[in-house]
Amino acid sequence: MNKKVLIADDEQNIVISLEFLMKREGYEVLLANDGDEAIQRIRADQPDLVLLDVMMPKKSGFEVCQEVKADPALAAVRILMLTAKGRDTEVAKGLALGADAYMTKPFSTRELVDKVRSLLEQ
Amino acid sequence: MRKGLAGQRLVAVFLAGMLLLNYPILSLFDGPERLFGLPLLHVYLFSVWLGLIVAVAWIAERGAR
Amino acid sequence: MLPGWLIIGASFAYLLLLFAVAYFGDRRADEGRSIIANPWVFSLSLAVYCTAWTYFGSVGRAASGGTWFLPTYLGPTLGLALAWLVVLKMIRIARSHRITSIADFVASRYGKSHLLGGLVTVIAVVGIVPYIALQLKAISSGYALLIGEHDSLFRVESQAGWWQDGTLYIALTLAAFTVLFGTRHLDTTERHEGMVAAIAFESVVKLAAFLAVGIYVTYWLYDGFGDLYARAMAAPELANVLAFDGVGRLGYGGWFAHVLLAMLSIIFLPRQFQIAVVENVNEQHLRRATWAFPAYLLLINIFVIPIAIGGLLHFGRGTVDPDTFVLTLPMAHDNAALALFVFIGGLSAATGMVIVEAIALSTMVCNDLVMPMLLHSRRLNLAGERDLTGLLLGIRRGAIVGLLLLGYLYFRLAGEAYALVSIGLISFAAVAQFAPAVIGGMYWRGGTREGALAGLLSGFVVWGYTLMLPSFAKSGWLDPGFLEQGLFGLAWLKPEQLFGLAGWDNITHALFWSLLANIGAYVLVSLARVPTGAEATQGALFVDVFRRGESPPASFWRSGAEVRDLVPVVARFLGQRRTEDAFGAYARTHGLRDVSELKADPELVHFAESLLAGAIGSASARVMVSTVVQEEPLGLGEVMDILDEASQVRAYSHKLEEKSRALEAATAELRAANEQLKELDRLKDDFMSSVTHELRTPLTSIRAFSEMMAEDPDIDVEDRQRFLGIIVSETVRLTRLVNQVLDMAKIESGHAEWHNTDIDMRELVQHSVDATMQLFRDRGAEVAVHMPASVPLLRADHDRLLQVMLNLLSNAAKFVPTGAGRVEVTLSCDDARVRVDVRDNGPGIPPEQQPVVFQKFRQGGDERSRPQGTGLGLPISRQIVEHFGGRLWLESVPGEGATFSFELPLASAAAVQ
Repeated sequence: MNKKVLIADDEQNIVISLEFLMKREGYEVLLANDGDEAIQRIRADQPDLVLLDVMMPKKSGFEVCQEVKADPALAAVRILMLTAKGRDTEVAKGLALGADAYMTKPFSTRELVDKVRSLLEQ
Repeated sequence: MRKGLAGQRLVAVFLAGMLLLNYPILSLFDGPERLFGLPLLHVYLFSVWLGLIVAVAWIAERGAR
Repeated sequence: MLPGWLIIGASFAYLLLLFAVAYFGDRRADEGRSIIANPWVFSLSLAVYCTAWTYFGSVGRAASGGTWFLPTYLGPTLGLALAWLVVLKMIRIARSHRITSIADFVASRYGKSHLLGGLVTVIAVVGIVPYIALQLKAISSGYALLIGEHDSLFRVESQAGWWQDGTLYIALTLAAFTVLFGTRHLDTTERHEGMVAAIAFESVVKLAAFLAVGIYVTYWLYDGFGDLYARAMAAPELANVLAFDGVGRLGYGGWFAHVLLAMLSIIFLPRQFQIAVVENVNEQHLRRATWAFPAYLLLINIFVIPIAIGGLLHFGRGTVDPDTFVLTLPMAHDNAALALFVFIGGLSAATGMVIVEAIALSTMVCNDLVMPMLLHSRRLNLAGERDLTGLLLGIRRGAIVGLLLLGYLYFRLAGEAYALVSIGLISFAAVAQFAPAVIGGMYWRGGTREGALAGLLSGFVVWGYTLMLPSFAKSGWLDPGFLEQGLFGLAWLKPEQLFGLAGWDNITHALFWSLLANIGAYVLVSLARVPTGAEATQGALFVDVFRRGESPPASFWRSGAEVRDLVPVVARFLGQRRTEDAFGAYARTHGLRDVSELKADPELVHFAESLLAGAIGSASARVMVSTVVQEEPLGLGEVMDILDEASQVRAYSHKLEEKSRALEAATAELRAANEQLKELDRLKDDFMSSVTHELRTPLTSIRAFSEMMAEDPDIDVEDRQRFLGIIVSETVRLTRLVNQVLDMAKIESGHAEWHNTDIDMRELVQHSVDATMQLFRDRGAEVAVHMPASVPLLRADHDRLLQVMLNLLSNAAKFVPTGAGRVEVTLSCDDARVRVDVRDNGPGIPPEQQPVVFQKFRQGGDERSRPQGTGLGLPISRQIVEHFGGRLWLESVPGEGATFSFELPLASAAAVQ
């Protein structure tokens, strides 16, 4: 059974690259372009992992993360946050809200893939 | 008012009154002259007196503001 | 003339009315709605100064000496001018030390000395009792005149009539009245509101009565001032009424002395001190009184000379006593009703004086004579638990009755004697002896107890020798020989020509020598030694009362005391309930729940002592408190240290206040600057964060695709092409961003280069529309351009303005609906400016977003459909337009499109170079 990975980002080019990477790793890929859509997909499809961008329209990645972690039904969903804002406070905030891992853009594709793999194997 | 201008004015009025109501200035008005049919001295004394009261009233009531 | 029952009935009716006024005043005071808390009432109550002596005697003096009755009133007028400086200070001192009499004032000032208080009391009693007798005499002889016990020259005939005992009844009635309103209860402030109300009322009555008889004589009997004076000038025997020195004995020196005497007496007469200082409700009332009281004096004296002239014209000189003119003139014209009214006026002048004087003197006798004796006597068990309030009240009531009986006795003894008739000014001269000790004590720290004692004693002795004894001799009570030959036959000891000083009248002579001895002894003896700790303490507290403000005086002894010891001591003199109330209030003002939480610190000891001082005088209070408080008095050095420290602290705190104000201002400025910096910092932070985000986003794509292709050679060609395309476009985006950020930074920092040329806006607009035509075509939008035939040339940077136009047009192109877009570009101008509007039919911008679109990295529009852009275009455009002195703004109704407009001034744009 393939693991499901949801990619939530509003930058189309980044979505394309992430989708390519995840598919190459053999995961089933779901897409969302904003925060609201991300929440809907998570509830509907129960992905194993969400690659969550912080700066998204409608709902920020932080809000999505908070909502997911507050819902016991979604306890199994792992979250890897991605942000283009490199400040330490952002990282700390993300982790405090319950994100499982955090990466800053631009990221190394290899590292990203490794992190996703390790998160999914836990 | 105590240390201020009004206090100094009151002292000035007091000194002026002391001067106007005593020798030698007072003696200048002790003559046989008449003013409105009254002795000059009587008119002078009551006028200065009234003047002093008005001056003090002006200073004291102004200071009340 | 008038039946006795009518006069007695009217007098008692008047006293009853007075009683009602006083009762009402007290009731209102108890209810907390004081009727005397009014500057007019205060001014009127000061008129207790005008006694029967002045009421009847002024006319007498005017008849014999013309204007010589005036110094008695001019003095107070001048004195009151200084009242705001001197009396205000006395009020403040009296209040902060709970001083209730002039004796207490002197005693308290010089280290709370029993001896001084006692001496002042003795001087006051000796000086004032004859004065009280004079009031009784005025009432009784007025009564005798009215009932007709006189000969054709209005001389009172019978010396042994029953009315003489009537005077005793008058004295006793007044005593009863005074006891009722003066000693109703013990109060720590010793204030008597009802009594003050009654006195103010009496002042109105006596003024009205005197004006009535004055108007009657001037305008009824005669034809006004002019008529009276004209007749007086025609009568040679009246010349002395009109000229200054008619009597030829007093001279200008005497005039000055009389003015000075009256000036001092207005403050130092015990009744004046009582009314002006002790009974004062609000020190601001003094302000009105400084002129209202002199005005009262002026008013009551306007008709003095006319009445004197009228009396002399009617009766002739040397027949009827001019002192009785106010009564005898109406009687001679059979106007009994007016005569009765005048009698009531005189009665009010006499009773007012007697009541206030008796209260003031009884307080002094009780606190400064009897209490100290009781404290010293072993028989009174002061350490006991007995409540002493009753005893205190008893002493005061006894003192009042005793004083009035003494007055009556003196009246019986003196009768018509010189000693009584001339007592007015003699009394004034007696109380003038208080002036050096009191005034010196208020303004000079160096005065000592011995100095004050020596001064008062010498002044009193000289006064007695030069005024009192001669008046006895002239009354025939002493061998008048010593007047003529001097004591022991020594000519230089002649009481009225001491050391051969002749040529002055007796009052001036006595005043000079007594004050000289008084002041000399006070100053010289004071200078003999350094003040003790207690004297220095009180001296500093008195002299600096204004600087110390309302705060309780500092304490100058170390003490060990227990609250449970202090309270009973106070309670024994004030009563349990009053004491508990007072301590309770004290505890509450110190934020404590009740008395049990109080600590017996020096401040509380001081509070207890001042409470006691109000009831038994400061010196006795000191003694009583010291029975329960183990005190270790500080030495002079220590006291001076404390005082110096206090004044240094004051100076420091003043400086500190100034500094802290300056600091506050500086702090406020700094805070504002800091806020601004923080705001700038936040903006910069936001900017950096935004720039970072904008830079990292394209970099992310570029890196991801590059890595993927580098690591995975198996990617098919189609994907590879697509990925490379993305990389290229992201690189373009990145380049544009970097350019714009740099552009922005340059403009903002003022380092941008501006190449100004003359610009034809028509050409520029057309150029920009042509350049963006492809964009519009791609979205299927139409562009309409409206331009006038010609516009003036504009001096500006062509490329920059083109940048603005391109930005606005490309924005419009991004937001117009695909296929149905319509953009209108309008160029217009007037004399002063050129304006360009770019109007689109896109979704418009909601009002709350409108200011935002001009901020950096804040792109407008629905984020979902947000087109590619850096978010810097509009901010840069605005900067450019503003650089040329123009403005760029937005008008938009959501759903109906948006219009971006900018205008540039024609003239100033050229000036910017």
